Amino acid sequence: MKSLQELEAIRNKTLNEIHMRNDRTEGIRIVVGMATCGIAAGARQVLNALVDEVKKRNLSQVTVAQTGCIGMCRLEPIVEVYMPGEEKVTYVKMSPEKVARVISEHIVNKKAIKEFTVGSAEQQDKEERE
Amino acid sequence: MKELSLHILDIAKNATQAGASLVEITVDEDILKNRLTISIKDNGRGMSKELLQKVKDPFTTTRTTRSVGLGIPFFEMAAELCGGKLSIDSVEGKGTNITAWFEYDHIDRQPLGDMPSTIMAAVTGSPEVDFIYRHVICGKEFLLDTREIKKVLKGVPINNVEVATWLFEYVSEGLNMLRR
Ligand SMILES: Nc1ncnc2c1ncn2[C@@H]1O[C@H](COP(=O)(O)OP(=O)(O)OP(=O)(O)O)[C@@H](O)[C@H]1O
Ligand SMILES: [Mg+2]
Repeated sequence: MKSLQELEAIRNKTLNEIHMRNDRTEGIRIVVGMATCGIAAGARQVLNALVDEVKKRNLSQVTVAQTGCIGMCRLEPIVEVYMPGEEKVTYVKMSPEKVARVISEHIVNKKAIKEFTVGSAEQQDKEERE
Repeated sequence: MKELSLHILDIAKNATQAGASLVEITVDEDILKNRLTISIKDNGRGMSKELLQKVKDPFTTTRTTRSVGLGIPFFEMAAELCGGKLSIDSVEGKGTNITAWFEYDHIDRQPLGDMPSTIMAAVTGSPEVDFIYRHVICGKEFLLDTREIKKVLKGVPINNVEVATWLFEYVSEGLNMLRR
C-alpha cells in the first residue's frame, strides 16, 4: 500500500540526488500541451508515458511540465523539448510509442528525431497539397 | 473525449488558468440513486455575468490561440447525452463551481475512466496550485489533499517524476479500496 512514509522516502532520495547532479540531463525541460485540443487527442497518455520513461531511466534532472494550447490543434498531442543552450524542438502528433524514442534518442543520446518534428509535419502537408 | 475523467482534467485546467490557488474536484458515485455527480470548484477569478451567460456556447473563449472554446460545451454535451445536466455557479473575483450529473446506468454515459492519471496530470501540471480530490462511492470516501502532501515533500517539487508516480499509485490504490 502506498503511504505517506513512502513519499517521505522519495523526498529523501530526491534531496540526496540533488547533490550528485548529472550534467548531461541538467536543465532539460519537456513540456506537454494540455489544453482541450491536446487532451482530446491523447495528451494525458503522452504525459503518462513521459513520466514513466523519465522515471525508468532515472533522469531525475529532467523536468516534465505542461502548458496550455500551443495553437496548432490539429497537430496535437504536442511535446516541446528545451535543452540548455539549444533551440526548442517541437514534436507533433505524439504517442506513447514516440515518447519512448524521444527519450532514448533525444534526451539521452542528444539527437533530435526530425521525422517527428513540426517542420517535418508541415513539409508533408505541403507535399500532399502539391 | 471518450472518458469523463478527461473532461475533469480539462475543466480543472480552466480553473488553474483562471488563477485559482485551490481547486476541489469531487466525484460522487451514488449507485443506489443511479447518479454520478462531478464537480470542479475553484477560487479563481470567476466569470462576469455576460461571460457566464454565453460560456456554454462553443464560440466563447477568452483564449488567444484560437477562437473557439470547447471545454465546457463538450462536458455539457456529455451530461445531456445521458439525461444529466451541467450547471455553473460563478462569481467574479470569488470563484467558479461547475457541477455535472449523469444517470449512472445510462447506456450513453461515458465511463469515468482513468482518474489516477487525471489527478496526476492536474496536480503536476500546476504545482503551485493546491488540489483537494474527494471521491465517494456509495458513501465510502477517498480524500487527497495536496497541502498535506506538500508538507511531507518539504520543498521537493510535486511534479518530480517519482512523486508523480507515487501520486498515481496512491490514487489508484485508494480507488480500488473503495470499489472492493
Ligand atoms: N473556472 C473558470 N474560471 C474563470 N473563467 C472560466 C472558468 N472556466 C471557463 N472560464 C471562461 O470560459 C471560457 C470558455 O471555457 P472553455 O473551457 O469552454 O473554453 P477555453 O478554455 O477558452 O478553450 P478550450 O477549453 O477549448 O481549450 C474560458 O476562455 C474562460 O474565459
Ligand atoms: Mg477550457
